[in-house]
Amino acid sequence: GGQGAVGARVLQFTNCRILRGGKLLREDLWVRGGRILDPEKLFFEERRVADERRDCGGRILAPGFIDVQINGGFGVDFSQATEDVGSGVALVARRILSHGVTSFCPTLVTSPPEVYHKVVPQIPVKSGGPHGAGVLGLHLEGPFISREKRGAHPEAHLRSFEANAFQDLLATYGTLDNVRIVTLAPELGRSHEVIRELTARGICVSLGHSVADLRAAEDAVWSGAAFITHLFNAMLPFHHRDPGIVGLLTSDRLPVGRCIFYGMIADGTHTNPAALRIAHRAHPQGLVLVTDAIPALGLGNGRHTLGQQEVEVDGLTAYVAGTKTLSGSIAPMDVCVRHFLQATGCSVELALEAASLHPAQLLGLEKSKGTLDFGADADFVVLDDSLHVQATYISGELVWQAEAARQ
Amino acid sequence: MKLIILDHYSQASEWAAKYIRNRIIQFNPGPEKYFTLGLPTGSTPLGCYKKLIEYYKNGDLSFKYVKTFNMDEYVGLPRDHPESYHSFMWNNFFKHIDIHPENTHILDGNAVDLQAECDAFEEKIKAAGGIELFVGGIGPDGHIAFNEPGSSLVSRTRVKTLAMDTILANARFFDGELTKVPTMALTVGVGTVMDAREVMILITGAHKAFALYKAIEEGVNHMWTVSAFQQHPRTVFVCDEDATLELKVKTVKYFKVPPQVNRKGYIYSTSFGI
Repeated sequence: GGQGAVGARVLQFTNCRILRGGKLLREDLWVRGGRILDPEKLFFEERRVADERRDCGGRILAPGFIDVQINGGFGVDFSQATEDVGSGVALVARRILSHGVTSFCPTLVTSPPEVYHKVVPQIPVKSGGPHGAGVLGLHLEGPFISREKRGAHPEAHLRSFEANAFQDLLATYGTLDNVRIVTLAPELGRSHEVIRELTARGICVSLGHSVADLRAAEDAVWSGAAFITHLFNAMLPFHHRDPGIVGLLTSDRLPVGRCIFYGMIADGTHTNPAALRIAHRAHPQGLVLVTDAIPALGLGNGRHTLGQQEVEVDGLTAYVAGTKTLSGSIAPMDVCVRHFLQATGCSVELALEAASLHPAQLLGLEKSKGTLDFGADADFVVLDDSLHVQATYISGELVWQAEAARQ
Repeated sequence: MKLIILDHYSQASEWAAKYIRNRIIQFNPGPEKYFTLGLPTGSTPLGCYKKLIEYYKNGDLSFKYVKTFNMDEYVGLPRDHPESYHSFMWNNFFKHIDIHPENTHILDGNAVDLQAECDAFEEKIKAAGGIELFVGGIGPDGHIAFNEPGSSLVSRTRVKTLAMDTILANARFFDGELTKVPTMALTVGVGTVMDAREVMILITGAHKAFALYKAIEEGVNHMWTVSAFQQHPRTVFVCDEDATLELKVKTVKYFKVPPQVNRKGYIYSTSFGI
């Protein structure tokens, strides 16, 4: 792996357990030039020692969490075409550092074309740092989704691409620059052309808000779809003669060697723990923890805006105002990781990978993100044994620290 | 020679580590006076390395003024291969202690000119003032380092072809596949180790018993190169009970004296606390 800028300072994190190769190892973590450094190479080739040692007090060092579905937070709504979208994104990017998130995909829910045309160009891909978590690209969830399974998405703005397939999609969004993930329903006419075109452009296609059966879902995967948006929510329920999209987890009709990833909101509300366990046990390596957080994240009880609608927050649950329809989660990523660990009884390593390695693999970034392998970006979190975030690092720089940990 | 016989592998490892520790402390190394230590690899010294690391972590021992010279390295194996001796030393010793990388010396099995690399190694040892204590092991064929049967007893650092016994013994580190084991190595010579002011050989396990017998109860013979140390003024053999299985009862009794027996000069026993 890349040894970073040779002249730069070498930082050695000692007295810690690092997540590497799927295991928590008693190893030191070495960093230089914003990347993870191979200390053996440094020792034998450059014949150097560390410039600075930091004692981690026996804590866990894990790759920084990656949230590929987050609609806003702290009062900011990514789907609102404000005059200064950039500051809203920056605010969220900075505040989620305390949740252990070092990279994220700002998500836009179903909106009219004017909103996409105004907002999308204002949210560029951006590296993280002391200013906040890095933006990996946008997640456009909708408007090409099922009417029946729209959930909290506004019916008035749903669209189809039956007429001109990909051109319709491009016209709706305005541009695909800055876009990383698109969620759509594969049962919509001409979806396969659209999926193929998006995949060819390096955009991750996700299946969600759909009434597709298993066969349609499998065909979509063959066309390039790689992700399932919040499994179980906004799709047909599992049926033993047609498992629907859920059946992708154990389908034997997928391209060989392809791993299907699926988002799960492990906030204690969106998925019953038993259902969480079924999915996890069926296909642990594909599980991606997402927050699907709404602007009310971090704000507390009351009424707030999401896309073109109003939501009501009550404790850890948010509903479309006046209904019983879940509107999105307000559980921070580290809460999701802890809840996932506790609900599934899985290993700490797997819980951490579900929030870091798996989303990185989904986006094809696993060489630089979601891992503490040599050469990867030094984006990591310091956790205590109960997985509470004590400190967050981006490119080897401390960007957030818990009050108790401050000296 | 001294023959130190401990009951088990762990005690032999601890005895050896304490001996090294005490020698370094008594030497009192400093920036003008480094302690030069020759080091082995393999499964035998692992316990000893663990103990030395423990002494460093306890604050009892520092390697700041210690220079190390490893005995050997495979030819043609990438330095970062998990079975290279560089990897062994990094993972089992160097990364856990406070030694400066510039004070460590391991032969480069990927050097363009292998013999020049060996000659340079001899020069480095000379420049460091010679080896104060050379720690080594013994192969099942009685070799020291990679000085295979038939090696000159006055040999220097050079390229050696590995014997079949050695390749077989090392196959377990290469998934049991003989074809994956390197066939050549760079090694210090018997003469190189003989130049050290003191030599300590670690021998544990029943599979080394015959080699130990040949090394100390038979004559000096280039077929069992460890036997050369019969002619070194200051050698310590540290072993466990199993390694003594091929020795005469008389030999073992001579060296493993029960504590209540007094003899003139040194008393060697398992209760001899060093």
